[in-house]
Amino acid sequence: MSEMTPSSKLPIVRIESLYKAYQGTEVLKGISMAVQEQDVVVIIGPSGTGKSTLLRCINLLAIPDKGQIWLDDIEVTAPHTNIDKVRQRIGMVFQEFNLFNHLTALNNVTIGMTRVLKMKSKEAQEKAMWELERVGLVDKAALFPAQLSGGQKQRVAIARALGMNPEVMLFDEPTSALDPELIGEVLNVMQKLAYEGMTMLVVTHEMGFAREVSDRIVFMEKGVIVEEGPPKQLFYNPKFERTRDFLWKITELYGKDEEKKS
Amino acid sequence: MEILQDLALLFRYLLAGTGVTLAVSAIAISLGFAFGVTLAIMRVYGGCFLSRFALIYSTAVRAIPVVVIIFLLYFVIASAVDLSPFLSGALALGFSSAAYQSEVFRGAFQSVSGGQMLAARALGMGRMQAIRFVILPQAIRLAIPPWSNEAAIVLKDSSLVYILGVPEILRRAEYVSAVTLQPFLAFGAAAIIYFILTFLTNRGLDWLERHYRILT
Repeated sequence: MSEMTPSSKLPIVRIESLYKAYQGTEVLKGISMAVQEQDVVVIIGPSGTGKSTLLRCINLLAIPDKGQIWLDDIEVTAPHTNIDKVRQRIGMVFQEFNLFNHLTALNNVTIGMTRVLKMKSKEAQEKAMWELERVGLVDKAALFPAQLSGGQKQRVAIARALGMNPEVMLFDEPTSALDPELIGEVLNVMQKLAYEGMTMLVVTHEMGFAREVSDRIVFMEKGVIVEEGPPKQLFYNPKFERTRDFLWKITELYGKDEEKKS
Repeated sequence: MEILQDLALLFRYLLAGTGVTLAVSAIAISLGFAFGVTLAIMRVYGGCFLSRFALIYSTAVRAIPVVVIIFLLYFVIASAVDLSPFLSGALALGFSSAAYQSEVFRGAFQSVSGGQMLAARALGMGRMQAIRFVILPQAIRLAIPPWSNEAAIVLKDSSLVYILGVPEILRRAEYVSAVTLQPFLAFGAAAIIYFILTFLTNRGLDWLERHYRILT
């Protein structure tokens, strides 16, 4: 999809030489990247490489030490940017789901619309039902998070983010906390979103998803981007030995599940 | 027959004080709740200054006997502003209870997982919005069991305002005891009324706890 976007168009997300350290340990060491509208970018790399931190910096759940982030024409990292307004435009899905435990699936989706977007309750409920429909969970609307399976929780979390009509969706290892047999239903929803044209940044170890759905794969290691490009290039013709090694290792590890799912 | 009449008279007299006991308790518990929740929020989510203030308040107030707080409020503060014994007593109990309730709610706030705040902020809620719509509703439910205990304690501690002459149950029982020279009957009747009040309060809160329990 990225090839079709005119190159003159401003990227929806632009990151320039981003640095972030936690208690003296440098996690991000000068990350620069750009994401065009409707792009699906998958970020891969060994754990502890700063992939999640990078995602969290984009909506300032983690505050970068240095560097700039732009959402469309707004500089997210500028001192006077209203960060709550920026976050409304960016959906986020967490590894641990983080559904609001005291609310039903339906109200998990409506709360952002009514409290943040100030939508009328009835209107919000209708839209929330539609979002639950999109993730295939209309029949679970009245259930509480504790009554849902991990896969269902994650799909409600996706619906919750979609309810805000985000321009970009960030997925932080959305399937890593799931039992293997529940991963497929979440990936299917994500794949559908990608085909509908949602701009997505996905941190994942699901190589099948990366290969089939993404427009571009970014391989990160030790806080820097080692290599990025279309999936075909990274999988079959990587420039660096490290990329090849990592992909080989991860496909070996997760490969057997991949076969079953696809 | 005469003893029955005496008993009826005694209970009627004490029940008139029950309204006062309930009023003092209701004011104290509500004030303690509002102020206690505020202190807990300051403690957990406030900056250096606010959390320090909440900590000092809670530590200091919990270290002072309630009776001393009642005396301080009535004889020192009420001499500057016009406060009835009833109001002084109720407020003193409320300020004291706020310290204990702040500890109850602090624990509850801290046991709501950090992911809840992250998810709320990621939706675009401000910090106060996230606390109000996501964290607080969960914390209050988690706090109901220890909070019931505190409510029962305040209800019983409301008897302490008798030292200011507020005509609640204990004060009236003391009066009956002095007039009739039957302390066992007078205080026994007071004990029964306190027992019933505390019992009903706890049953009500048990129901709330079951009704608003968060499934896990």
